[in-house]
Amino acid sequence: PDIMVHFSAEEKAAITGLWGKVHVEEAGGEALGRLLVVYPWTQRFFDNFGNLSSASAIMGNPKVKAHGKKVLTSFGNAVKHMDDLKDTFAELSELHCDKLHVDPENFKLLGNMILIVLATHFSKEFTPQMQAAWQKLTTAVANALAHKY
Amino acid sequence: MVLSPADKTNVKSTWGKIGGHAGEYGGEALESRTFASFPTTKTYFPHFDLSHGSAQVKAHGKKVADALTNAVAHMDDLPGALSALSDLHAYKLRVDPVNFKLLSHCLLVTLACHHPAEFTPAVHASLDKFFSAVSTVLTSKYR
Repeated sequence: PDIMVHFSAEEKAAITGLWGKVHVEEAGGEALGRLLVVYPWTQRFFDNFGNLSSASAIMGNPKVKAHGKKVLTSFGNAVKHMDDLKDTFAELSELHCDKLHVDPENFKLLGNMILIVLATHFSKEFTPQMQAAWQKLTTAVANALAHKY
Repeated sequence: MVLSPADKTNVKSTWGKIGGHAGEYGGEALESRTFASFPTTKTYFPHFDLSHGSAQVKAHGKKVADALTNAVAHMDDLPGALSALSDLHAYKLRVDPVNFKLLSHCLLVTLACHHPAEFTPAVHASLDKFFSAVSTVLTSKYR
């Protein structure tokens, strides 16, 4: 779908405000870890990550943490360029399609894991309105990443 | 997809900790979160007052939560325990299957917000599986 996503001023403020408080390294590792725990078939992309044999092994795996940090740091770019996600993620889209061969469905799954990590970290502050704004962002990023397929 | 003994323990334990809040969480997941994040879900409630704090939506959230509480109590026989609801969703409500994932996700977010310490990755996985199993039963007679 080639529809430009529009974020209201309130949505942008909510997203940026929360992002400022996120520990990207920790949250990134957690989000990726949860993806691999909750949807074990996603481990297919990470054969060389070593021990993924249990939830605790996955969450403690240094490669998972490092890669999670990389992914969420890149996500930070989305927060800075909410009005221009397609261009911002054009190169990464090509990468994920042509080199990494990742089914875009996985972007949605990871997006939901990011949301759940935010929910556990921010609790009551992760209000329904906050969730809705972030839901919009993760969906838009997933679509941007799928754009070059 | 099968619920392991560990999954069942995780689900029962977490649901037990929710205690009397199940109805409240059901309302929050359904009304506040699902309708807000996924406006298309509102199309199934044209007959409801969907304004914030609506008594109808609160009641419906509680209904859903009570059904889930029943499911938790009968995890060894979900098809049996949910048979009537399965009929209802197949022949009367006909909610498109995609929506069960949306509500399940919002239930998980609600639980994660209210019980962050309990919501470990392993518990998260078990709950996701449980909601998925419930959704499968509820859509099992669709065609």
